[in-house]
Amino acid sequence: MARTRKAVEAVPSGGSDNAAALRRKHQRDRLRTLGFLSPWLIGFTVFFGYPLVATVYFSFMHYNQIEPATFVGWRNWKYVFDQMPLFGPALWNTLWLVVVMVALRVVFGIGIGLLITKLKTGVGFFRTAFYLPYLAPPVAATVAFVFLLNPGTGPVNEMLGAVGIDAPNWFNDANWAKPSLVMLSLWGIGDLMVIFMAALLDVPKEQYEAAELDGAGSFAKFRYITWPSILPIVMFAVVTGTVQTMQYYTQALVAGKLASGVSVGPGTTIQPGYPDHSTLTVPQLVYSLGFQNFNTGAACVLSLVLFAIAMAVTTLLMRKRAGLLTAED
Amino acid sequence: MPRTRTHRAPAVLAAVLATTGLLLAGCANPSTGSANDDPTKPVTLKFWHGWAEKNEVKAINDSIDRFEELHPNIKVKATGNVTDVTMNQALRAGGGNAPDVVSSFTTNNVGQYCSSGMWVDLDPFMKKTGLNKNKVFPKTLLDYTQFEGEQCALPLLADAFGMYYNKDAFKKAGIERPPRTMSELKRTAVKLTQRKGDGYQQLGFMPNFRLYQNSPDRMFAQWGPRYFDEDGKARLADEPAAKDFFTTQRDLIKALGGYGALEKFRTTFGDEMSSQNAFLTGKLAMHMDGEWRGLMLNDAKADFEWGTAPMPVPDDQADTYGRGYLTGTVAGIAHSSKHQNAAWELVRFLTADTDQVVAFANAIHNVPSTKAALASPKLDADPTFRTFLGIAQHPDSVALPPSINGGQYVLALQDFAYDAESGKIDDFDKGLRKLDDQIDADTLQAQN
Repeated sequence: MARTRKAVEAVPSGGSDNAAALRRKHQRDRLRTLGFLSPWLIGFTVFFGYPLVATVYFSFMHYNQIEPATFVGWRNWKYVFDQMPLFGPALWNTLWLVVVMVALRVVFGIGIGLLITKLKTGVGFFRTAFYLPYLAPPVAATVAFVFLLNPGTGPVNEMLGAVGIDAPNWFNDANWAKPSLVMLSLWGIGDLMVIFMAALLDVPKEQYEAAELDGAGSFAKFRYITWPSILPIVMFAVVTGTVQTMQYYTQALVAGKLASGVSVGPGTTIQPGYPDHSTLTVPQLVYSLGFQNFNTGAACVLSLVLFAIAMAVTTLLMRKRAGLLTAED
Repeated sequence: MPRTRTHRAPAVLAAVLATTGLLLAGCANPSTGSANDDPTKPVTLKFWHGWAEKNEVKAINDSIDRFEELHPNIKVKATGNVTDVTMNQALRAGGGNAPDVVSSFTTNNVGQYCSSGMWVDLDPFMKKTGLNKNKVFPKTLLDYTQFEGEQCALPLLADAFGMYYNKDAFKKAGIERPPRTMSELKRTAVKLTQRKGDGYQQLGFMPNFRLYQNSPDRMFAQWGPRYFDEDGKARLADEPAAKDFFTTQRDLIKALGGYGALEKFRTTFGDEMSSQNAFLTGKLAMHMDGEWRGLMLNDAKADFEWGTAPMPVPDDQADTYGRGYLTGTVAGIAHSSKHQNAAWELVRFLTADTDQVVAFANAIHNVPSTKAALASPKLDADPTFRTFLGIAQHPDSVALPPSINGGQYVLALQDFAYDAESGKIDDFDKGLRKLDDQIDADTLQAQN
């Protein structure tokens, strides 16, 4: 862009035809560029730009999605931060899941990937076995887990009881509900396993051979060869995992509703987050406020808080030398 | 060139803002309907309701057939199993496929429907067609179908809550009649409870609020509470019944083995609407439920003899025995309907036609919602069902008051109740004051 401008400025003042031709060419170039960019620009504007502007706008409005919106200043913000007792638990649970679930999923994904790449026989079987759970629909998988971990009738507690272990109440215990959700997500680790397997198989074998000649042990080889090689993939997994977990909704909602045993259907209103709000996440609260209570302003405030945190965490992670990436990456 | 760009930037920004403003303004105004239609002209009405069980869907479809016979020019396209959330979202979104006639099982949402204008005011239609609502409907039912004087809904059958009890278990334990006061309930429940290791073989009564229909607002109805003062402010901290209710429930939990043990036992119960219902399988000897359960128990051929009675009342209100919690289905006309006069014909038929109300009530075992239907000799004579007719007509029976934000105050009460039953709240006075503040803050947030 700067180069083109310089070219226009370099044209002698007498050559107005040339200058006009150059301007036309420049305009055509810009239109072509815009044409190529337009699918993205339209998508970005419609699905990100407009919703973001609308979210900021409605965060200062009283709007129940049926009557005209009216300006209420900071009232929605004050309500969320001062008068909504569920905001604290929801934010805590979301951040807890981001830290614990993302970290464990990455560790577990690398571990399973390493194990499978080391296997000599049955690779296909184990790859399939670890990948298949990822294909299970989230609702079906959650229903199955809640059934298996039912403290009263579930087979898991029955088996643990048979060997003398006093099993927890899993989804029915506020201290165990989030770890149970983490277990569910680790069961469906297939997506990360595939990515890490590809990354691990991409590490040049010669480097391991050279390291072995130098007498490096397994840990040293992982620390100095494997880890630096797969670091960009780890970075990708952490960033995408963080963004996904900030939006964690389905599994937590289904697990909470099912485990509570409360009848759900026409005529019943229930608050998500059973037990003791331990499975309540910010996206559930956004839905509940925005599309059940039609408190659009407060739902927009929560969405903006979620957006700000996601942006801050992602920016922090993406910054070079912030921890995971080096300047060379 | 740079100067042109400088001038263009604000223009582009202004254009973007103007477009955004137009889009936002457009989104904020869903379509509205009208009441200028001629109800004698051919029309197809869309009717959304919440019934989903096979017998219920058949009963409502039969009702529609009867209506279409009386009004050959009006066809009704019914959609069942519609929740309040779905209906709320659809009416707010607007569009040509939105329903004309709507119904809801959640009476406490009526305040939201009336105050937002989402359901139209029915008084002009009643006036136009000469329907005197005070003569047709019982007062309690009229109260829960209006908000601040606006009657945007009418009752379409009612639900009354009472007690189901296992007569065989009573006989075995030597108990002659169901309990009438809360202290009797505690004694009877303990007597009927049979432990099995750490768990239970049979539990006399499950007091925990998350069981099936046991929500705190329904149980609390036995105390006849007043939730709001004249100014619409929450007054649970000033309501002596509130503290007594939570204390009584906690005592009952303690007497029956403690919250943890009861919750663990609850996880062994099957789905409420299935053959694994805990009362049906004999795990519970007494159980609070709505009048419709009787039909289900008959259909499932329960292998024990069962009976019905009103729920017990607090000891200091023994004279109110016979009362219970009332709710029901409500029907109205969507604001976006372009056929509101025709829609009114359907609403009027479903809610106020005595023969229709009686036939529908008998078919789905619900309590009829008009004075004439309640007195009709054609009503089901089954004594287990008649218990609920008595509860519905009892002067001390209560329904939840409507509120501008629907059931949000009920959710706040639920949250408090869950904490109370699990022993997390030591100071009920302080907790109830906080609950009142919360309800008031939510109400204020919903007001414009």
